[in-house]
Amino acid sequence: MALAQLKQDATDARLAALSMPEGGWSAAARRDALGRLRAMGLPGRRDEYWRFTRPDTLNQPAPPPAAVLDHGEAPVFDAVDRLKIVFVDGVFDAAASDDLSLEGVTIERLAEARGDIHWARDLYGTLEARGQDPVQRPFAALNTAFATDGLLVHVHGTPSRPISLIYRHADTGSDAILHHVLRVDSGASVTVLENGPAAARFNKCMEIDLADGATLHHVRAQGRDHERRAVTHLFARLGSESVFKSFTLTANGMLTRNEAVIEFTGDDAVAHVAGACVGDGDFHHDDTVFVTHDAVNCESRQVFKKVLRNGATGVFQGKILVKAGAQKTDGYQISQSLLLDGDSQFLAKPELEIYADDVACSHGSTSGAIDEEALFYLRSRGVPSGPATDLLTLAFLAEAVDEIEDETLAAEIAGRLEAWLERRRG
Amino acid sequence: MTALEESIAPAPQVKDGVDQETVDAVREVGGAYKYGWSTDIEMEYAPKGLNEDIVRLISKKNEEPQWMTDWRIEAYRRWLEKTEPDWAMVDYPQIDFQDQYYYARPKSMEVKPKSLDEVDPKLLATYEKLGIPLKEQMILAGVEGAESAPAEGRKVAVDAVFDSVSVGTTFQAELKKAGVIFCSISEAVREHPELVRKYLGTVVPVSDNYYATLNSAVFSDGSFVYVPPGVRCPMELSTYFRINAENTGQFERTLIIADKGSYVSYLEGCTAPQRDISQLHAAVVEIIIEEDAEVKYSTVQNWYPGDENGKGGIYNFVTKRADCRGDRAKVMWTQVETGSAVTWKYPSCILRGDDSQGEFYSIAIANNMQQADTGTKMIHLGKRTKSRIVSKGISAGKAQNTYRGLVSMHPKARDSRNYTQCDSLLIGDRCGAHTVPYIEVKNNSSRVEHEATTSKVDDDQLFYCRSRGMDEEEAVALVVNGFCKDVLQALPMEFAMEAQQLVAISLEGSVG
Repeated sequence: MALAQLKQDATDARLAALSMPEGGWSAAARRDALGRLRAMGLPGRRDEYWRFTRPDTLNQPAPPPAAVLDHGEAPVFDAVDRLKIVFVDGVFDAAASDDLSLEGVTIERLAEARGDIHWARDLYGTLEARGQDPVQRPFAALNTAFATDGLLVHVHGTPSRPISLIYRHADTGSDAILHHVLRVDSGASVTVLENGPAAARFNKCMEIDLADGATLHHVRAQGRDHERRAVTHLFARLGSESVFKSFTLTANGMLTRNEAVIEFTGDDAVAHVAGACVGDGDFHHDDTVFVTHDAVNCESRQVFKKVLRNGATGVFQGKILVKAGAQKTDGYQISQSLLLDGDSQFLAKPELEIYADDVACSHGSTSGAIDEEALFYLRSRGVPSGPATDLLTLAFLAEAVDEIEDETLAAEIAGRLEAWLERRRG
Repeated sequence: MTALEESIAPAPQVKDGVDQETVDAVREVGGAYKYGWSTDIEMEYAPKGLNEDIVRLISKKNEEPQWMTDWRIEAYRRWLEKTEPDWAMVDYPQIDFQDQYYYARPKSMEVKPKSLDEVDPKLLATYEKLGIPLKEQMILAGVEGAESAPAEGRKVAVDAVFDSVSVGTTFQAELKKAGVIFCSISEAVREHPELVRKYLGTVVPVSDNYYATLNSAVFSDGSFVYVPPGVRCPMELSTYFRINAENTGQFERTLIIADKGSYVSYLEGCTAPQRDISQLHAAVVEIIIEEDAEVKYSTVQNWYPGDENGKGGIYNFVTKRADCRGDRAKVMWTQVETGSAVTWKYPSCILRGDDSQGEFYSIAIANNMQQADTGTKMIHLGKRTKSRIVSKGISAGKAQNTYRGLVSMHPKARDSRNYTQCDSLLIGDRCGAHTVPYIEVKNNSSRVEHEATTSKVDDDQLFYCRSRGMDEEEAVALVVNGFCKDVLQALPMEFAMEAQQLVAISLEGSVG
C-alpha cells in the first residue's frame, strides 16, 4: 500500500504543475486521458515496464535544467527540400516556419483547431488509449490530457516534399508536451521528418492512422550531445496493404525513452521500426517497441543497434504479439549492442507472445565488444586503430540505417554518425 | 506451401512443416496419463490448514532439533508478509492455503522402518508399479531394455518420497563406503546437522520468493546429498516423488553439496494420481558446487496435468538454484517437463567461481489446458564463466508455454560467454508459445547471444551432419536431440522410455 501511496503522491505533484487546455473538440478525449492517468499513476522504479529506465526525472514536477547548446553545425535535413515547421521549446514559431500549405495534405495546429467538430476528434487520444492495453503507458495519457500544441496532419494525396518538424531548444528549464495526429488516406503517401532536442524535457506523442494502402516514411534525429530528457510515443494503426517505416537516430543525450506501439488491423501490411544510437558517457537510451499482429500476412521488422561507451546505457524492450488468427505473420526482431569499453551496459528484453501456429517469428539479441580479428585485419592493411574502430562501428550500425528507404536521407544519417564518431575519437 | 497444405488437409490442425510423428509423439505423451492411479493406504494427516502449530507439528514429526524448528517458524512469519507473484503467464484460481493438508504420511511409516525389508509391501508395490523397484538390484535386470544394459547392470540409488515422507533410500551402505551421504533431508537434519546447518538456505534464502518461503516453513521431506572432496559418486542418485493423498500439498526440499573436485549425477522423477481437484507442489532444490566439482541434475517432471478441460492437475511452483561457489565448478540442469497443470519453474545457476560453467537444457511440453512458464537464470559473477541455454517449448491443444529467462553479466565477469537458443513449436491454432528473455550485460569483454533461430547450433557438428547428406532441419534436430539424449538415457527405466519418445519430436516448423 505504501508503494501505491508514493505513486499517488508523485502523480498528484506532477499534475499540480500542469494545466489542461480548455474547451473545443478535444476536451472529452483530454478528460478521459486524465482519468486513465489517475487510474494508473505515473510509473515508479518498481514497475516492470520501467525496470531498466528510471522514470524519476520524467515524473518530477519541473524538469532538471538542460543547457542550451549550439554545436555550430548545420541542422540535420537542412539540405533536403521540405516543408519546415518549427517549434521552440514546444511552442510553434510561425516566423521560422514555412507557410503550412502543401499539396495533397492539410496541416493545422492543435492549439488553433477550435470548435466542436474536427476530423481529428475520432483519433486524438484514441490510438493512445488502445495502446494502454496490455501495457500501461502513463506518459502517453499525460500527453493526451495536457498537450499544449502539435500538428493535425491529414494526408489525402502524395505531397512532393517531406513535412519536416524541427524542435529547437532555447530555454534551460522548458517542459514541452506536443501531440501530433496523422491520418493518411487510402493510397496516399507522405514522408515526415523530425529533428532537434526540443526542450529541457520533452513529452511527445504521435498518433498515426494509416488507411488501406497508405504509406508513411518517418525519419527522426533526436538532436545530439544535449542534456534533454525525453519520453516519446508513436502509436500507429495499420490498415490493409499499408506501409509504415520509421527510423530514429539518437546521438548522445541525457535520457531518451522512445516507445513505438504498432497495431496491424488490416491484412498484408508492413511495418519496420529501426533505430541507431550512439552513446558516450552520461547517456541512457531506451527503445521500447510493442507490435501487435491482429491481421493475416503482415510483416513486422524491428532493427535496433546501439554503440555505447564511457558508462553509457542502452535499453531495448521489444515485443511481438501475434494474436490468434493472425496467420502467415512474419515477425522479425533484432537488438544488438556494441560495447566499446568495460563501463557501458546493455539491457534487453526481447519478447515474443504467439497465439497462431502458422507464423515465422524470430528474434535475436547480442552484445559484445568490437571484433578483434576484424580490427586486426584493418590494422594489418594500414588503417590506424581509431578509424578502423569507426569503420567497424559504422558497419555495425549500417543494418539499422539501411532501413531508411530514401537514399538521400540514409546518406545524411550515415554522414552524421560518421562525423559524430570522428569527433568523439578526438 | 499451398500445395503442401492441401496435401495434409485431413488433419487441419497440423501445419505444414510439422510431421505426423511429432504430432503423434506429443499426443502420446500428453494424452492418457499413465500414472493416474492411487494407492489405497492408511494415512495419517496433520490437521488441515496452515499456522505456526502446523509448522511446529511438522518439525516434531520429523524429530527435528530446535534450530530447525526456529528456522521454519521464521520462514512462516516471513511468508505471511509476502504476496503471491503474478508476473508469470499462467492463470489459475486463487489457492486457498488453509484448505490443504501440509503433512501426510502412511500409517505404516509411523515407526521408521530400519531397512527396506520392513517397509509396507503396499508402498513397495506402488513404486514397483511406477517402474521404480526399491530393491538393491541391478536396476535394468529383467525389464524392458535389459538387453542393452551392460553385463554387470547399472546401479541407481533411489530415495523414494511418498507424500510427506521418505519411504526408503537404497544403496545407502554402498554409497557410505565411498563417503557419499545420500538420505532423506529429515534424516540429514538428525544425523548430519552440521552440514545441513552450514548449507541450508544459503542458495535459496528463506524469503527468496513466496513459494520458497512457504516451502522453508513446511517442507516435509526430500533428499540430501553430500559428496566429499575428490569423490566421483559411484552410481547415479535419484529421488522419486509421489503424491498420493488427496488435498495434500507436497513440499520437498533437496540439498546437494558437491565438495571440491567431486562429481555426482542426480535424477528426479515425479508422478501423482488423477484427481479432480488441483494439488499444490512447492519444492526447493539447492545445490552447492565447490571448486572443480560437477553436478548434473536431471528431471522428468510428470505430475498429473489435469484433464483435457483443465480439471485437476498439480500446481508446480518450484525454486531450483545451483551455486557454483568454487573456480571451475560446473552444473548442468536438464529437464523434461511434461506434467502439471501449471508450472512455474526456473532452475538457475549462480556462476560465482572463475571459469565456472552452467548449462540448461529443457524440453517443455504443454498440452490440453496446461500452462508452463519455465526457463532459467544465468548469473555470471566470476571471470571467464560460461553458460549455455537450450530450450524447446512445445504447445498443443489450448496450452500456453512460456520461456522466461535471465542472462546477467556483472561488471566483474570479464571474458564470459553466454549462448541462448529458444525454440518453440505450436501444434494447432488454439495454443500459445511465448518467449520472455531478460539480458543484462554490464561489461564489454563478455559475449551474449540470444538466438531464436535454429541455425546457430554448433557449426562443426552441423557441418558434419550436412556433409553426410542431411538437410539443415534434420541436422539441427539430430544435434539438439542428440544432446538431450545423452542425458535422457541416463534416466532410470520408465522415465527414460517416456522421455525418449519426446526425442522423436523434430524441430521443424519452430518459431522463436
